[in-house]
Amino acid sequence: MQPGLDRWFVDSPRAKVRRLVRVEAMDAVANSNPDTRAVFSAEAAIVVDSLIKRYRDVVAVDGVSFTVARGSFTALLGGNGAGKTTTLAMLLGLVRPTAGTIVILGKDFSRHAKALLAQMNFQSPYADLPRRLTVRQNLTIYAHLYGVVSPKARIRDLAQELDLVSLLDRPLGELSAGQRTRAGLAKAFINLPRLVLLDEPTASLDPDTADWVRGFLARYAREAGATFLIASHNMLEVERLCDQVLMMRQGKIVDSGAPKALIAKYGRNSLEDVFLEVARHGAREAAS
Amino acid sequence: MSAIDSGTPRRIGAVILRHWYLIAGSWPRFLDLCYWPMVQMILWGFIQTFLMRQSSFFAQTGGILLGAVMLWDVLFRGQIGLAISFFEEVYSRNLGHLLATPLKIGEYMAALMAVSLLRTAVGLFPATLCAIWFFGFSLYTLGFALVAFFFSLIAFGWSIGLFVSGLVMRYGLGAESFAWAFIFALAPLCGIYYPTTILPDWVQAISAILPASYIFNGMRAVLIEHTVRTDWLAVAMALNVVWLAGGVAGFLIFHGQARERGMLLQLGE
Repeated sequence: MQPGLDRWFVDSPRAKVRRLVRVEAMDAVANSNPDTRAVFSAEAAIVVDSLIKRYRDVVAVDGVSFTVARGSFTALLGGNGAGKTTTLAMLLGLVRPTAGTIVILGKDFSRHAKALLAQMNFQSPYADLPRRLTVRQNLTIYAHLYGVVSPKARIRDLAQELDLVSLLDRPLGELSAGQRTRAGLAKAFINLPRLVLLDEPTASLDPDTADWVRGFLARYAREAGATFLIASHNMLEVERLCDQVLMMRQGKIVDSGAPKALIAKYGRNSLEDVFLEVARHGAREAAS
Repeated sequence: MSAIDSGTPRRIGAVILRHWYLIAGSWPRFLDLCYWPMVQMILWGFIQTFLMRQSSFFAQTGGILLGAVMLWDVLFRGQIGLAISFFEEVYSRNLGHLLATPLKIGEYMAALMAVSLLRTAVGLFPATLCAIWFFGFSLYTLGFALVAFFFSLIAFGWSIGLFVSGLVMRYGLGAESFAWAFIFALAPLCGIYYPTTILPDWVQAISAILPASYIFNGMRAVLIEHTVRTDWLAVAMALNVVWLAGGVAGFLIFHGQARERGMLLQLGE
């Protein structure tokens, strides 16, 4: 592990409170008046309005609206098939929405997708990097794709930050799952993104490596002022990293708020209990 | 955003670099590129040697079969080179990563064509040199016409490669076999080893819309009559524009459908 790497909370308590207040204030106004969402798009990293994705008879995402403040960590929580990955894929332009609008960093995504993607990046268990290429080759390719000015220097810095120096010239296919995840993270941060979308960033990692990865994410957020939208099943991770949680069920956002506020609202001890409550409530609703 | 901007060459170069790393980093892959054109050339070289001893026609038109097989390889390698390069992204589940970068779909198609050109050139060049050494036939005696034949055939290959790649993007790897099936289905129609005039009338009608038919007939005109049929070349070029437009349109339509159905992130082995 890299010595001195920050863990968990990287903001001062005051800065964290400021972020939380900003997120909640924006949510409150946006939810009370849909017409004001565009006004907030200049300050929000993501403004999603009435987003729908329908696959024939299946509605994967059902009229979702939410706002993610710049510089915040937001989690999409939900069971399998809740619509988290589809939502992230629409934010990346990999899935075409059936209806609704997406504004990212103040611009309409449907009209400025490629310009916006230059300022974004992602990691997903659904996408791999070519395993026959070395870590360095993979990162070089993506550095060129994203227009990184000094690819060699950026790769060197990322390798040091993510403890990849000794792995740079090894084919990705020869690495362990944890090492591949770190290489994937290096790709996700190669362009110094302002917005990072992560789908299960610590899945398949041992607790120590997962903890270390969370430390890296928190440090990057602090240093780059970046915004994170994370789909995760790891409640502990969400509770510790995120300012805001969007709880999804059957393609809808059924509740949202700060992790502690949600725990208090549902009268539970942890976010995991809240998640179970929401998921089982949904199952009961479906059954009845 | 416009289709081309200052970052276009860099992004196309990045995709080419990705495939160059793959080929240059693996000698079996490099060998595989050269192996089949070489085997084809040797096989047809001996057939031609045998026929030249048996037939005065072949004796007078030395190299006609070798020329045909090597030009066929331009078409075949051009198409397969493009499709395989696309499949590599699907096999490695890298397509979602690529398409969520600033790389535009037009740039990606251009990069696939460039990679196909590279693979075809690397694969065929040793075979053309060995044909001179083994059988005394130089494809380069076709002169300027060879350049026109090469680009006409590879462009036709790209149009089919783009369409087949689009099919895989839309229908998944189950459609992979079309990459081979499609091109081989066209082989009898475009008169690689015989003039298209020997085909039945209704088959000739199909043959007439294939740019490759004019190229193979044109090659025979150069080797037998020592005439470059610029009229046939012009028809082939015009047909190529139509076929390439069809290939690009097919790729774009299938890409749109794959986005619609959420397949770009899921596509893989």
